[in-house]
Amino acid sequence: MTAPVWQRRTPARQYAIWLGWFLGVMLFLLCFKIISDNTIWEFLTDAHVQAASLIGRMVPPDWSITGSLMLPLWDTINIATVGTALGVLIAFPLAFLAARNTTPHPALRAFALGIIVSSRSINALIWAILLVTMIGPGLLAGMIAIALRSIGFVGKLLYEAIEEIQPTPVEAITSTGAGRMQVLAFSVLPQIMPAFAGITVYRWDINIRESTTLGLVGAGGIGLQMNAAINNLAWGQVATVFVLIFGTVIVSEWVSAKVRHAVI
Amino acid sequence: MSASNAQVDHARIAAAKQGSWRPLPLISNRNLRWGLNLAALTYIVLVYYSVDINWARVAQGMDRAINFVGSFFTPDFVTRGGEIAVGLRESLTMTFVATVIGIALAIPVGLGAARNIAPRPVYFFCRTIIALSRTFQEIIIAILFVAMFGFGPLAGVFTLAFATIGFMAKLLAEDIEDAQNEPLEAIRATGAGWLQWINYAVQPQVMPRLIGLSLYRLDINFRESAVIGIVGAGGIGATLNTSINRYDYDTSAAVLLIIIGIVLMSEYLSGYVRKWTA
Repeated sequence: MTAPVWQRRTPARQYAIWLGWFLGVMLFLLCFKIISDNTIWEFLTDAHVQAASLIGRMVPPDWSITGSLMLPLWDTINIATVGTALGVLIAFPLAFLAARNTTPHPALRAFALGIIVSSRSINALIWAILLVTMIGPGLLAGMIAIALRSIGFVGKLLYEAIEEIQPTPVEAITSTGAGRMQVLAFSVLPQIMPAFAGITVYRWDINIRESTTLGLVGAGGIGLQMNAAINNLAWGQVATVFVLIFGTVIVSEWVSAKVRHAVI
Repeated sequence: MSASNAQVDHARIAAAKQGSWRPLPLISNRNLRWGLNLAALTYIVLVYYSVDINWARVAQGMDRAINFVGSFFTPDFVTRGGEIAVGLRESLTMTFVATVIGIALAIPVGLGAARNIAPRPVYFFCRTIIALSRTFQEIIIAILFVAMFGFGPLAGVFTLAFATIGFMAKLLAEDIEDAQNEPLEAIRATGAGWLQWINYAVQPQVMPRLIGLSLYRLDINFRESAVIGIVGAGGIGATLNTSINRYDYDTSAAVLLIIIGIVLMSEYLSGYVRKWTA
């Protein structure tokens, strides 16, 4: 007679888990089949040749255009910075409306949450396409696109920070007979300021990355030069743009990490 | 520094006794505070002079802007219903396949990028992959992959999978680095092999967060799949882009509302799954 073997789960639970995995794998295969049907597999037979020739044309990068890329790079940084500032200006009051403990009315809270979700769902590039058709190509479209996308991100993280504050300072300030705005200014605001600074810098770092591509749809910045180089099949110039973007992103990530480390 | 701070404190307390109190500034170092204010001011002036905006063109576009906002109240799901359905099916399948492949590849990269369990050369190699994948936006990767693999959803799958690797591997590696050391030592002391060690010491510690992050990435990949269609990598982005370029804002609004709806739904769902697995 063998001793009973220890089992982590009951048999029913084990079968349920296996069934879950089975269904997951089936779904994956089904999805893959749909993609496979829409793919021209013949293109893949020479993919390695294409890749090799692409990389061959990118190396070495065409450094001669570096000087002419400095102004677009400055524009890109401006798009990200001004866009972040505009987005934060709108997100800040919105977060107070959306936080459960500071909202004046539940209906306003639902409205603010709706704006936050809509802004978060739609990529900056889509906002940029829309804005370029509306207000014309250029930096302004890029800035507003970045701002619209940032509202949701900053708003969501900020209202979560507001909901997590300590209630005792709020009670203390309220008991002095302070008005509504005074309570916000002297008990809520000091508690969320470090989180607010951290979130803003974090979003600025993300926006630097996003603003490098906005030029693809005409919204200004270094993406315009990248698009032109790609359309001319000048892959050496494309590689230069890539190197510059890589450098900028590394620097902005370093700055953002430093600032967040300092304030949190 | 500390002496001047003490002086400032005394001055504050003296002023408070006189009845005038002011909250402490966010940045305590006075020079840094004024330096930052000055830098911000200089930057605003510089930007004001380097950005030139064509206000006449902006004013012209206001009609369209009003049209667009109005179309959110009259979205048109029907006229281009066929294109929307095809694009949406492609987006959803791409998202799912790419997320699964991306996570499967991100796990080994994440293990390699955790400083406490990977040898030095492997660590640097994996960190390089992560840095490359995180720096370049999905749309740039999509352009390269479309050039390599041709138009269609397969290029989109590769793009999203590549972007998923950087995101998931970085967060997974950070999670492993934060893992408690005692279980790692305990399992190792039993004479377990490397795979057993990962499976019984590391995996239980990181699993709940890995599931949460996977669901979050599924959500991100869906949103991104609406974008990479613009450069020919499949999905609903192509439909959306065409409708915007035709000024067919009613259809654009329909697509955007569908995207918002799906993102909202996935957010609720992931909340449930997280509660259920935690």
